[in-house]
Amino acid sequence: MDKLLKLLCTNSNFSTAELAAMLGEPEDYIAAQIKEYEARGIIKGYQAVVNWEEMDDSFVEALIELKVTPKKETGFDEMAELCMAFDEVESVYLMAGVYDFALIVRGQTMQDIAMFVAKKLSTIDGVVSTGTHFIMRRYKDRGMVLTDGDVEKDERSLIL
Amino acid sequence: MIDYNKFLNSSIRSLRPSGIRKFFDIANEMDHVISLSIGEPDFQTPWHIRDEGIRSLEKGRTWYSPNRGFSDLLIEITEYYKRRFSLTYSPSEQTLVTVGGSEAIDLAFRTLVEEGDEVIIPQPAFVCYNPLCVMAGGTPVNINTKNKDNFRLKAQDLEAAITPRTKLLVLPFPNNPTGAIMERSDLEEIAEVVKRHDLMVLSDEIYCELTYGELNHVSIASIDGMYERTVVINGFSKSYAMTGWRLGYALGPAPVIEQMTKLHQYGIMSAPTTAQYAAIEALRNGDRDVNRMRDEYDMRRRLVVDSFNEMGLHCFEPLGAFYVFPCIESTGLSSEEFCTRLIMEKHVAVVPGNAFGECGEGFVRVSYSYSLKHLQVALKRIKEFIGELNDGSQAESTR
Repeated sequence: MDKLLKLLCTNSNFSTAELAAMLGEPEDYIAAQIKEYEARGIIKGYQAVVNWEEMDDSFVEALIELKVTPKKETGFDEMAELCMAFDEVESVYLMAGVYDFALIVRGQTMQDIAMFVAKKLSTIDGVVSTGTHFIMRRYKDRGMVLTDGDVEKDERSLIL
Repeated sequence: MIDYNKFLNSSIRSLRPSGIRKFFDIANEMDHVISLSIGEPDFQTPWHIRDEGIRSLEKGRTWYSPNRGFSDLLIEITEYYKRRFSLTYSPSEQTLVTVGGSEAIDLAFRTLVEEGDEVIIPQPAFVCYNPLCVMAGGTPVNINTKNKDNFRLKAQDLEAAITPRTKLLVLPFPNNPTGAIMERSDLEEIAEVVKRHDLMVLSDEIYCELTYGELNHVSIASIDGMYERTVVINGFSKSYAMTGWRLGYALGPAPVIEQMTKLHQYGIMSAPTTAQYAAIEALRNGDRDVNRMRDEYDMRRRLVVDSFNEMGLHCFEPLGAFYVFPCIESTGLSSEEFCTRLIMEKHVAVVPGNAFGECGEGFVRVSYSYSLKHLQVALKRIKEFIGELNDGSQAESTR
């Protein structure tokens, strides 16, 4: 895997100077490389990983399974585009296995999500069935552990 | 009241407690200390290795192992040395599994050294060599390696330290605390002197998998004429992140290993059984983990070296282990003052260089066996500390 992208995936806040030092490349080369990745759409953007449980204005998310009938001409792509168009939908994945799409859907309440699935998703032409799984708690997200506060515990003993 | 002093061995009483200890005590008592002082991997033992340990317990393999270690492990160790360093040892006669590399060091000293013998120990170095040498009845003769030599041992310095009583040379490379390594050409020069003066070598290669850049570790045992003069010490702690399993080994000439095995058999019996099963898995299937951890250390190393140089603390590029050894003389502080003020003012713990021998004065040991996130915070605080020191001294001089 590209080392620069790997580092940015663990922490997009590294400065170009830090990245340059770690990778043993000149700083302007790293800056140019990042620019290029951004321009080519390889780096799509930068987001914070938030532990929302610590905040009052919380929300609900669910994983929705979708079984669909693929279209003759466009296969699954058309269905994906229809799903992506909803603001409520955070992520859309085409899956291998017993169902076709997995969607991450966000709402203020469980009711919101239930209504969204019933009224918006299951009524799309080609959707055969849905299955809704509410996310109860996030323990780890995008490689980051969310449950242990922000203190990184070091269990190593100081010896010799 | 009993006067215990009359019962206590006078050699042991005269040993100084480790200098690192003091700073650990301070660090332990303070809250929110960011430590860069730990000398063990931050990685956990790779899962498949742990799993083999667990499996052995599930199968009820809870007995002693043979004194030398399980034969499968002895074979894997010798295969590993053949594969990595082109050295061939007999598993049954030239290999001994010990409780960490530390036990093997102790055994080697007690096997090779006796009253009146001088043992040459380069410094800065890990804290155990001098005391263990003394307890074996030997006299440590320390050679100071120098910043200008990238902390490598130079043949002329070795030559100058040799007397008719010299018997053994300790070669602690890749080095804790400096991160220095010895390249083949350096070792060839050392080997010439060793052979000319008919010495033995104890080569502590515990950090052998942690060398950076294009350079692989070279064992002095692979230099012409040195195989028969070298006891190699190694272990699983650093390469496979297995410190707590307490497993090391010694490789060397059969007559030496035979005597070391006697001591081991009477003093220890055998190394931990569970750890040995895990170690077999480490040697068979652990190369990928070693490479992954090395790559990660390498990135951290570059970041830390770069940061210190940017702060104006000259830091030679360490090519081994997981320590950097920046020079702090430009701050005008002694190593201990620097470390005490850094921990008091910025709550960052590093170890004074003189804990590893007097010649470490003017340096500090910084471990980069920490996550990048942790390192970033710590380096930022050290930078602030240096900035404030500089401001302070400027104010002083303009007054």
